[in-house]
Amino acid sequence: MYKMSTDELRELYRELILDHARSPRHFGKLPEVTHSADGLNPLCGDKLKLYLRIGDDDRIQDAAFEGSGCAISVASASLLTDTIIGMRPTEAQSFAGALIHRLTGKQTNVELGKLRALEGVREFPSRIKCATLAWHAMNSAIRQDKVPASTE
Amino acid sequence: MNQVLSKPPSMQADLAACRRDFPALSLQINGSPLVFLDSAASSQQPNSVIDAVANYHRNSHANVHRGVHTLSHRATEAYEGARDVIAAFIGAGNRSEVIFTSGTTESINLVAQSFCRPMLARGDTILLTHLEHHSNIVPWQLLCDQTGAKLLVTPIDETGSLDLAIFDKQIAGGVSMLAMAHVSNALGTVLPLEHMISRAHEHGVPVLVDGAQAVPHMDVDVKSLDCDFYAFSGHKMFGPTGIGILYGRSEHLERMPPYKGGGDMILEVRFDGTTYNELPYKFEAGTPNISGAVGLGAAINYMKSIGMDRIAAHEADLLTYMTQRLSEIPGIRLIGTAKTKASVQSFLLDDIHPHDLGTILDHQGVAIRTGHHCAMPVMEFFGVPGTARASLALYNNRDDIDRLVSSLTKAKEIFG
Repeated sequence: MYKMSTDELRELYRELILDHARSPRHFGKLPEVTHSADGLNPLCGDKLKLYLRIGDDDRIQDAAFEGSGCAISVASASLLTDTIIGMRPTEAQSFAGALIHRLTGKQTNVELGKLRALEGVREFPSRIKCATLAWHAMNSAIRQDKVPASTE
Repeated sequence: MNQVLSKPPSMQADLAACRRDFPALSLQINGSPLVFLDSAASSQQPNSVIDAVANYHRNSHANVHRGVHTLSHRATEAYEGARDVIAAFIGAGNRSEVIFTSGTTESINLVAQSFCRPMLARGDTILLTHLEHHSNIVPWQLLCDQTGAKLLVTPIDETGSLDLAIFDKQIAGGVSMLAMAHVSNALGTVLPLEHMISRAHEHGVPVLVDGAQAVPHMDVDVKSLDCDFYAFSGHKMFGPTGIGILYGRSEHLERMPPYKGGGDMILEVRFDGTTYNELPYKFEAGTPNISGAVGLGAAINYMKSIGMDRIAAHEADLLTYMTQRLSEIPGIRLIGTAKTKASVQSFLLDDIHPHDLGTILDHQGVAIRTGHHCAMPVMEFFGVPGTARASLALYNNRDDIDRLVSSLTKAKEIFG
């Protein structure tokens, strides 16, 4: 009846995204947290808390998150925790920088791996913030900011 | 549009022609004709409003109340003419009881600061309802911070209706001010104003009504409501943004100090003292939003040309149809099921986050609002971070609802 291309929607809601949204990994609190931060997306009410445990060896030993949000923000947070465990904080920050760069439509040489699944948001400008929220919160946690990370 | 012949005859045919008056409704969005179901956030404008504003800028613009030249005279006539149209539309006794503001938010802040602040003492109580929009909560919280007054809130039940038994006790318990919505923006509940205002007045409590979600949908007569203040916005009733109204009873307005200082609100300025202008100008400091007022006047003339009774009947029919069609979708949870409602239905579908629903619907040309609707206490009551909200205006029809339903079915497919 109407022209309804669902390709872009399928790109946005890829199976990997839906899987992580339905069954988020590392969801919940973390014992022995060394770094944490809140992430707020006031536009849509996404709200998450990110926990990190950074060891004396300067590695992220564990990561977890709690909160509520849309499929994109939850999947992104879940993928984040999967990705950064084992990284040095500076590596995680530089990865976050490359990912945010990529999701906002710019080129990057960093290999994003399964995080490429988030690239569908580039066709949905109002949803980019959902995908980047957890990464801003992670940066904020590592920097030990006093105020919550916000997408606004 | 595809009109299915088996549909029962309804009021929709009656207002079908109005749809063509709104150029935005012919837009294609993401390859599909726009279905606009977000009028509770801001409504679209008919050609008559767009043209009135453009013509004002082309032929009549200068500053108001200032020059002796022809354009200043024309601008003043257009601005004050709009005030007359608005006063008649809401049944204000006197045009000087109609104050132009930037919108409902400023109107409420004006009442809080100019009417309430001087009369409040530490420990006094301001009564609100649980249904209020943030714009009818935060100005009162600011006022509480300034005066030491406290807020009291009338609770709601699971349908989104007020608990009137509790309200009756609260209002009798020594309240300084009652501020409440006419229609809830998040749930569509129509509040029982007649009962609440009469109870408030029995106890000598002045009443402010936030009418932003009522004026576009029903006949509002401030004199028969007997409220002390009534606030609403132009952009939710087919007019421009940045213009709104505060109606206030003249006996209150006369006694209230100015809210903002500046030009136009004075009679005489000396460094040792200033004499304020008469009503309504005392509250209109600085050059006003003249074209906004002109646009709002045109919007009201447009609504009057259709008739508020016809608009209300059309929307009641559509809301019934929408609620029925939505409730047929497996996994839907309707939020806001009060007996008396207007123009709004909030809902959740399965465990799909409202924001995801909003994106999927937008992709199919269907515009709804998702999120907390600036009514976070309402969301908290229902234990949800937000809802999807479809809201109606006079230009919607049953095809819009059918497109909403088919788009929601698509969302279910994607989320499997």
